[in-house]
Amino acid sequence: MSASPPLANAPSLAERAYRIRRHALRMGEVQGQGYIAQALGIADVLAVAYFHAMRYRPDDPEWEGRDRFLLSIGHYAIALYAALIEAGIIPDDEIDSYGADGSRLPMSGMASYTPGMEVSGGSLGHGVALAVGFALAMKRKKSDAFVYCLFSDGECGEGSIWEGASGAGHYKLDNLIGIVDVNNQQADGPSSEVTGLENLADRFTAFGWHAQRVNGNDIEALVAAFDTARALTEPKPRVIICDTKMAKGVPFLEERERNHFLRVEPDEWQKAFVALEAGRTA
Amino acid sequence: MSEPGRTLAMGEAERVAGHSVDAPFGRALVELGHARPDIVGLTADLGKYTDIHPFRDAFPERFFNVGMAEQNLVAVSAGLARAGKTPFCTTYGVFATRRAYDYIAIACAHSRVNVKIIAGLPGLTTGYGGTHQAIEDLALMRMVPGLVVIDPCDATDIMQATHAIAAYDGPVYMRLLRASVPVILDAAQYRFAIGEARRLRQGGDVALIGTGFMTGRALQAAEAVGRDGIAAAVLHVPTLKPFDADAVAELASQVRCVITVENHVVTGGLASLVAETLFERGMTRPLVRIGLPDRFIECGSVGFLQEKYGLTAERIEQAIRAACG
Repeated sequence: MSASPPLANAPSLAERAYRIRRHALRMGEVQGQGYIAQALGIADVLAVAYFHAMRYRPDDPEWEGRDRFLLSIGHYAIALYAALIEAGIIPDDEIDSYGADGSRLPMSGMASYTPGMEVSGGSLGHGVALAVGFALAMKRKKSDAFVYCLFSDGECGEGSIWEGASGAGHYKLDNLIGIVDVNNQQADGPSSEVTGLENLADRFTAFGWHAQRVNGNDIEALVAAFDTARALTEPKPRVIICDTKMAKGVPFLEERERNHFLRVEPDEWQKAFVALEAGRTA
Repeated sequence: MSEPGRTLAMGEAERVAGHSVDAPFGRALVELGHARPDIVGLTADLGKYTDIHPFRDAFPERFFNVGMAEQNLVAVSAGLARAGKTPFCTTYGVFATRRAYDYIAIACAHSRVNVKIIAGLPGLTTGYGGTHQAIEDLALMRMVPGLVVIDPCDATDIMQATHAIAAYDGPVYMRLLRASVPVILDAAQYRFAIGEARRLRQGGDVALIGTGFMTGRALQAAEAVGRDGIAAAVLHVPTLKPFDADAVAELASQVRCVITVENHVVTGGLASLVAETLFERGMTRPLVRIGLPDRFIECGSVGFLQEKYGLTAERIEQAIRAACG
């Protein structure tokens, strides 16, 4: 993948999102449970990031000119692996090893394990400050690469997110694009009940960021938001706040109340694949 | 924070061997909550995963979930304590110790406030990798002046220790075994007291000194070698600080070899305490340290990892036979 326009016969972004969801479901099936709802919810964002916005070389994940994608929310590894598989960075046949002893695809994303995984994110609240460091380094190196950082609404409870956000505003890091997944779910329940005070756009704006808020399951809206974030000339870090629906694309899982760590019964997987296929638009 | 399921704290072996108690910490805290209106509960988005949910359900007005914010968790607890409450706050050991260390040191210990920090996923009780395995927390907490540090071995120990630390006026760090926790110690015989080790088995050949769930495995190993005529004593040291050096020295004086067993790196925790004790008292004994190596542990299933890193009764048994061979 590169800055050149996609080939005429390349799969649509909707098809990419479908495939990311499918890869994630296949990994979920290997373990019978996991952060599947988050993966399904964030798939559209990852499709737009990896197949519209970002520059990288699938056969050379360490290519110096690549845009960096930092997964602060390590438990979303299942989602990022799915995107990396779709991008050709991780071979499809590793799906069966997901979460197994000795696998390169552990349940929590770790830089030392997996190609394409820039940071270890299982201890939440690290990503934004790490991204500030990446972005400062890219500037010093005269690189025009962007640094993307995916973090979450619940994670914004960590003070370190706001220390990082403050630094990014101070350094006017216009090469830093934050993506916040707002799915209103965290371990102990709805984020709005646990953490409250959600007004994220106001908070980031106050910290000197350019903020946009979009429906994170609307591919056209996401494309527009990523384009705006990249094209902006204001010397500011940018954030795209994405409202997503947990388990998006598999209606019977969307309806489950407690879906932070989703358990899917053995007889439900086939049903899940069928439901996902039914919503395929490509 | 994130954690797949409710991994068994100790493993299949103990669970099928005996009976177990669900959420022993939470049960004990609810008992205390009825008797002690000053007790409050806090968590940092891990209420369901640190067994404090029974307290939350019983006393919703005395429970605070501060969200994913562990420094906040400890500092808010310290504030509550200074204003007269007795807070029990829960998170995972990695987050409490690595993230909130300064707040534990200054807001709690330096200020001598009455905060109880309850720390889930000690050592190798999760396969979620280095971000979630608290393998060095005992060493870190031991270094904090004035902090009591506890690593209980089973449900009996946890329930008694919860009562004991509630009665104690001062800051405490206690490791948590959560969910379905095996019962190894007989509640009718065993008495937990802060700072006291307990001799669980007599024997004149070798001393097994254990803390945390590894004490249970030491008992299994002692029993196994006992069938071959090797007499292994087992001393359980649930409190790392204050440390019962007298009990350790007394036992060491009665045997030829000492083996320490802990669910923690072998530096800075129980093994180091035992070595310090023996040298200070001019005692030399061969010392075998069973525990985790100086490295981050990978992701994997708990059983696989415990086997690989030797946190098993079989590994202890081998060490005993080698020492007595």
